[in-house]
Amino acid sequence: MPDPLKPAWRLVVDPEKCQGHNRCQALAPDLFRVDDLGFASATGDTMPDAMLEKATLAVRNCPEFAIRLVRVGQGDEV
Amino acid sequence: MSDRPPVTDRPPVTDWAADFDHMDARWVEDPFPIWDDLRQRCPVAHTTRYGGVYLPTRMADVRDVAYDPETFSNRRPVVRANPPDVPLPTPPISSDPPHHKPSRMLLLPAFTPQAIAPYIPVTRRICAELLDQIGDARSCDAAVQYAQHVPVRVIAAMLGVPETDGDLFRRWIQISLDDTIHDTPESAATFVAVSREMDAYFKRHVESKIDSKGTDLISFMMRARFDGRELTERHFYGALRLLLIAGIDTTWSTIGAALWHLAKTPDDRRRLVAEPALMTTAVEEFLRAYAPVTMARQVRKDGEIAGCPVKAGEMVLLALPAANRDPAAFPDADRVIIDRQDNRHAAFGLGIHRCVGSNLARMEIQVALEEWLKRFPEFTLETTKPVTWAAGQVRGPRTVPVRIGA
Repeated sequence: MPDPLKPAWRLVVDPEKCQGHNRCQALAPDLFRVDDLGFASATGDTMPDAMLEKATLAVRNCPEFAIRLVRVGQGDEV
Repeated sequence: MSDRPPVTDRPPVTDWAADFDHMDARWVEDPFPIWDDLRQRCPVAHTTRYGGVYLPTRMADVRDVAYDPETFSNRRPVVRANPPDVPLPTPPISSDPPHHKPSRMLLLPAFTPQAIAPYIPVTRRICAELLDQIGDARSCDAAVQYAQHVPVRVIAAMLGVPETDGDLFRRWIQISLDDTIHDTPESAATFVAVSREMDAYFKRHVESKIDSKGTDLISFMMRARFDGRELTERHFYGALRLLLIAGIDTTWSTIGAALWHLAKTPDDRRRLVAEPALMTTAVEEFLRAYAPVTMARQVRKDGEIAGCPVKAGEMVLLALPAANRDPAAFPDADRVIIDRQDNRHAAFGLGIHRCVGSNLARMEIQVALEEWLKRFPEFTLETTKPVTWAAGQVRGPRTVPVRIGA
């Protein structure tokens, strides 16, 4: 039985690409924080499968293509 | 607001690929079929009008321009035949690297989601007051009596000036808009005079501040530093003019377009009333489908867009609204889908010039729609009166006559 809460994914915001649109934090406030200038970063190093849907939504709404979702230990991106 | 059609001595367009004109009456009325046609047969159109302008219409090409500030300069963000004869920089929108970054960084803290949050109740109160004034009228103009007042009053509150000065701001905006439409040396001179009037207005408020400790935007700018030094007068007043002007007709255009859409699309209106949680995706979809702002760039050195050579000195219209309707970037691009899940729209621009006020604009649009729908869940377009659209690089309905009630 796979554990839906096991750390399975890494969420990476590329600071070179993020321009502070804040779409990710608005869609997934648990997964992203924004700093004093409005630039985003992931709140944790890894996240479980249970968060995948929210994370994917954030990835697919970033106008700058700044967010990557990488499977822990495999390097696959979605 | 002025309903006059564009005053231009340029002939009507007959060839949109080689001689387009963004002030042509057909573009002003309904630009979408023009862009759809160009995207298929000539994705980078050109005109010799206005000293030469290129027009990319595909998302991929708009992105390429936005991500290449070395080739495409922001020195002139507006396409016009008669630019003002004095420089009126409004940093950072008119800035290029390397000056752009520090002048942008100093504004960013004032426009983060955290910084905007305290203005949510202020915006709600402003919307409620405007709706009170409409009262139990059976019809009204949702643009003139509502949308156009929300951003001027909110920015007045943020600047720490009386909200009643919003009417003064509307007059200034009107003069700048008229200047874009008329585009004559005389209208440019009037625009310069209005810019000076704005500077004098801000100067009075600066002088009235005993210290610069306030949370308002004027005090915030007084504390700002560029390379560790106080801002030059030119930078300080230019940035304040930008903060005043940039968020007004842009935001009211989107609020107005959204209300226009809901007035003529009862299914979406009823669904949004029944499922308020859809507001987040609906706001993004209105921003995508009715993106108000087309920016401009000036070609700094000979280059190319999608293989089309572009000449130094000519302009580029960065048609973000056209990119947002590109079927290669969005399935059913020409349909408004208020629960659209994947929506990488470019309404606020892309790259280093992303709209600094995007969090503020998004908040104002959402609150203005929520408050309107709470008060008037039932409204329809008054079909006997025309809806007119603003000409120029900020597109939105100047009038949205609606009938209120079931």
